[in-house]
Amino acid sequence: MGKLHVTTTVNGEPMEFLCEPYETMLDALRGQLGLTGSKEGCSSGDCGACSITLDDRLVCSCLMLAAEAEGHQIRTIEGLATGEKLHPLQQKFLEHAALQCGICTSGMLVASDALLKKNPDPTEEEVRFWLAGNLCRCTGYDKIVRAVMETAAEMREAAR
Amino acid sequence: MVQMRSGLVRPGLIVDIKKIGEMTEITETADGGFRVGAAVSGMELSEHPRFGKVWPGVLEAVNLIGSKQVQGRASAGGNLCNGSPAGDSVPAMIAAGAVVTVQGPSGRREIKVEDVPAGPGRTNLKSGEILVSFTLPPRPAGSGDAYLRMIPRTEMDIAVVGIGVSLTLKDGVCTAARVGLGAVAPTALLVEPAGQALIGSRLDDAALEAAAAACRAACRPIDDKRGTVAYRIKTAGVLLKRTAAIAAKRAGGH
Repeated sequence: MGKLHVTTTVNGEPMEFLCEPYETMLDALRGQLGLTGSKEGCSSGDCGACSITLDDRLVCSCLMLAAEAEGHQIRTIEGLATGEKLHPLQQKFLEHAALQCGICTSGMLVASDALLKKNPDPTEEEVRFWLAGNLCRCTGYDKIVRAVMETAAEMREAAR
Repeated sequence: MVQMRSGLVRPGLIVDIKKIGEMTEITETADGGFRVGAAVSGMELSEHPRFGKVWPGVLEAVNLIGSKQVQGRASAGGNLCNGSPAGDSVPAMIAAGAVVTVQGPSGRREIKVEDVPAGPGRTNLKSGEILVSFTLPPRPAGSGDAYLRMIPRTEMDIAVVGIGVSLTLKDGVCTAARVGLGAVAPTALLVEPAGQALIGSRLDDAALEAAAAACRAACRPIDDKRGTVAYRIKTAGVLLKRTAAIAAKRAGGH
């Protein structure tokens, strides 16, 4: 079988690419599309470093075939900031130093953004459960959870 | 996907069946039951306005499969066809009395959920058959269900024991009960004697102990790093009582 032609939308931009039927969305993002912000950690859906949204639903791009993107809306870490202006979550992660090596960070940010869109006022427990699918071996999670909680509070304040 | 990635399976052809409406729809049937497409994700099921009110135990079991990312893709259909004895949604579906619709080259058939798994990693689906949907029966007033599992962690783990209980109470007396038991045998099990022990009782200590004993008797577990045989058997009885208590509380709340 030859390559498949996929027409999709990535971070609001129409995009096309060719892929093998067995290639994952993560392969296509990092390869054909040159969007290397999504990271490959485990390739088995355990670590969350490759988190993206598919039609606003949080998924691991390593557990999705690239061909499944046909006709759908994909959002990645590259779509989080607005031009040079960082998303409040990105800003707060910096202020809290909520990262060390950075491998998990884009997944953490994409997952946290998906959480705050669904629930703008999460408890700490809800944040910790939501981010249970994002592994970080450096920070011990505390700074990450605090950064998400503070961002949520500031975004709620700004929305008033 | 994971098995394909690791080279465990090498499919010659991959077919995306998620664009077939029936696979991804949640519908309420005319008699008051639910039909849930085999590919409906856990997150979609949790966002349905009615499903979780009628079947909170099935929903909590489905929502225990993996992380939020995994919930965006994983389905009860996949969980069942994976054939793991520890799949979380399976005991809850068994307790609910769910039936699956299977489509094959020569037509359709219906199978009770407890008859789908054949052993670790194996199902009774024939070559060419796919799971289309789950049908959950209508719910009488005074019904409730619950699912509990024992895991050493707080999240993202595989059940050492999992139990689904579905029951109906009328004036405090249990009129119907089904118990599904997972992770303690080569397949998830329907424990009919446990349900029978509850029916006709007011869920008093003696009835609960009889049902717990029936669960312990049904266990044929393995010894592994997650739990010993003795631990799993004891835990099955303990979880039966806790799960039945939650189901009864929900039944009373209707």
